[in-house]
Parts: sequence; structure tokens; C-alpha cells
Amino acid sequence: MCATCGCGPTSHQHHDDSHDHHHASHQNNGKKNIIDVEQDILLENNLLAQRNRGYFEGKNILAINLVSSPGSGKTSLLERTLTDLKAELNFAVIEGDQQTANDADRIHATGTKVTQINTGKGCHLDAHMVLHAVQGMKLSNDSILFIENVGNLVCPAMFDLGEKERAVVISVTEGEDKPLKYPDMFHSSTLCIINKTDLLPYVKFNVEKAKEYARKVNPALEIIELSCTSGEGMQLWYDWLKSKVLTIA
Amino acid sequence: MHELSIVMSIVDLATAQAAKHEAIAIEEIELDIGCLTSIEMDSFEFAWKQGIKQTILENATRKINRIEGKARCSDCGTYFNMLQLYDSCPQCNSHLAEIISGKELKVKSLVLPD
Repeated sequence: MCATCGCGPTSHQHHDDSHDHHHASHQNNGKKNIIDVEQDILLENNLLAQRNRGYFEGKNILAINLVSSPGSGKTSLLERTLTDLKAELNFAVIEGDQQTANDADRIHATGTKVTQINTGKGCHLDAHMVLHAVQGMKLSNDSILFIENVGNLVCPAMFDLGEKERAVVISVTEGEDKPLKYPDMFHSSTLCIINKTDLLPYVKFNVEKAKEYARKVNPALEIIELSCTSGEGMQLWYDWLKSKVLTIA
Repeated sequence: MHELSIVMSIVDLATAQAAKHEAIAIEEIELDIGCLTSIEMDSFEFAWKQGIKQTILENATRKINRIEGKARCSDCGTYFNMLQLYDSCPQCNSHLAEIISGKELKVKSLVLPD
């Protein structure tokens, strides 16, 4: 059993105690015993996400949930970012994958504190997994925490982890209509990174179309084009990161 | 297949409610699922069949209310039906809109045995 929140390996029911309302049960037609529940199915996740959010705010940690399809370059983007900025900013990383610690090994090689979450058959991270990952990390105050979600443009969209920013990464080797095909992820994100722009001469990807589609789904979405291979556009991303750190400082 | 996580959350929620009311079974469960949530109903159906096995919901009748997507244009104030998150305002074509309904995902009620 977990010492902090008391959860066993399979049961998470204890969390329900904190949000139990007094739902009146009443008799209907003298026959049925109807309970008006009116409870959000994601309430447990959302409460834990708010708990994470409070912890991050209290320690002035900028938590960024990185989401994308597999192979868009999330880990490569992190590797380069951590290497380039480690002298200026304090980072930590949570890696989410179904299996292996390969990504954590890559992050570890940059000298950054990292924890790997393996979701097994799970297709997304949830707030409960992040809560436990964070418990073992001894995160520093005034730092940036990247949470690299499982490569999946569908499932992670519904699960708040307690992050401040959600950055969706697409690459120019994918279709430019990704925002329309997977609108939930783009709708819930605050930043869209279009990666691998060094490959634009070799692929059919229309950057302007992709941006137009993304803004149809989410007019407030910020968009940065970059290549973590050539370095083009990386400064825009670094400036964005630093502006977010200043805001919360 | 985040639908399985959703089904498991419903099972947890129903189990807790049943325990609170000292019920050993649930006869009916009523759910609100908005059309703008990323719940794919075929996947949900599949996850439901697997997820409720040997739980308190195994023999429950399930009712699902699909809540239509409705939005209010932030530019001109028009109310309109939103089928997709990228639908624009039919009056002024703006994509800036506030979603009013369609994001619901909740357990509305349960029927317990007498």
C-alpha cells in the first residue's frame, strides 16, 4: 500500500472519500431505489491533477505535458533543449512509455534528473501516475518539469496531469491535417510545435495549411516551427520557455 | 483505448456508491456522454463489455444520454450546434467559440435493488 495516498495496486476507491456528497436516495413510484449521483467520471483524475498542480505552484515548478503521435520527436526535442539550456535553467523529466526505459536513458545521458513511467498496456499517463512519479523525484524549486506522455494523439487528451502548459508536437513527415483528424489534442493544448522543418524540401507537408487547421480547432494556440536536428527555430522555443518561467517566477 | 480507463472509473464510482448505500448489486446506470468528448462509442461498447465483468455493474442495464455539442460564438454571440471542435460560427465564420454543452462525461444516476 502506498504511504502517501493509501492506494493499493488495483483499488483507487479511497480517493472517492474526499468528494463524497450527500446524494439523497429516494423512492420512485414506491418501486425503484434511484440514487442521483451526478458525478464526473474523471473527477478522481481531476482532483489528483489539481493536487499535482498545487504542488507545482507551491514550488514554482513549470510543468509541461508533451504530447504527440509516436515518432514526432518529443524525446529528441528534449535532449537538445536540456543540453542547450542546462546551464541556465533547472530541469527534470518524467518519461511515459508503455515499455522500456530507453527514453529515460537518453534523457539521463544529458545529465538531467529523470523518472520513467511504464504504463504497460495503458495508452496514456494519468494524474495518479504523475503523483507517484513526482514523490520519488525530490524536485527543485524554480524548475521546469517536462512530462513526456505516451506517444498517442488520442487518449492523453482527456487526462489532466496538473500541468501548466500542454505542448503538442507534430512533425512534417506526418499529414498536415493532423489537427483536424485529432482535434481534441489540439483543442486542449496551449502550444503546438511543428518539428523536423529541415525535412520540408523532401516532403509534401504544407506548413501554412497545418497552422490554419490547428487554429480552426484552437484559435488561441501558439505555434512554433523548428528542427531539433538543424537547430532552426529552436531559439523561438527557448524564448517561449523562458517567458513562461518569468511569468510564474 | 482510453475508453477502458473511463469504464474502469465508472466501475470504481459505482462500486463506491453501492458500498455507501449497502447495495450488493446495481440494476441500472445512467450516463451522460457529450458528443464533443473524445469517447469513441464503438470502443466504449467494447471496453464496457470487458470492463464490467465480475463487477457490481455486470448485470446492470445501461442508459446513455448523448448530449449534443452547442457553442456560443465569442465574436458575434450566435448560439450554434457544434458537431466538431473545429466548426465555425454559421453567422460570422469565427472559430472563437465557447462550448456550452457536449463535454459532459458523468454518471447521472444509479438504480439499486430495494
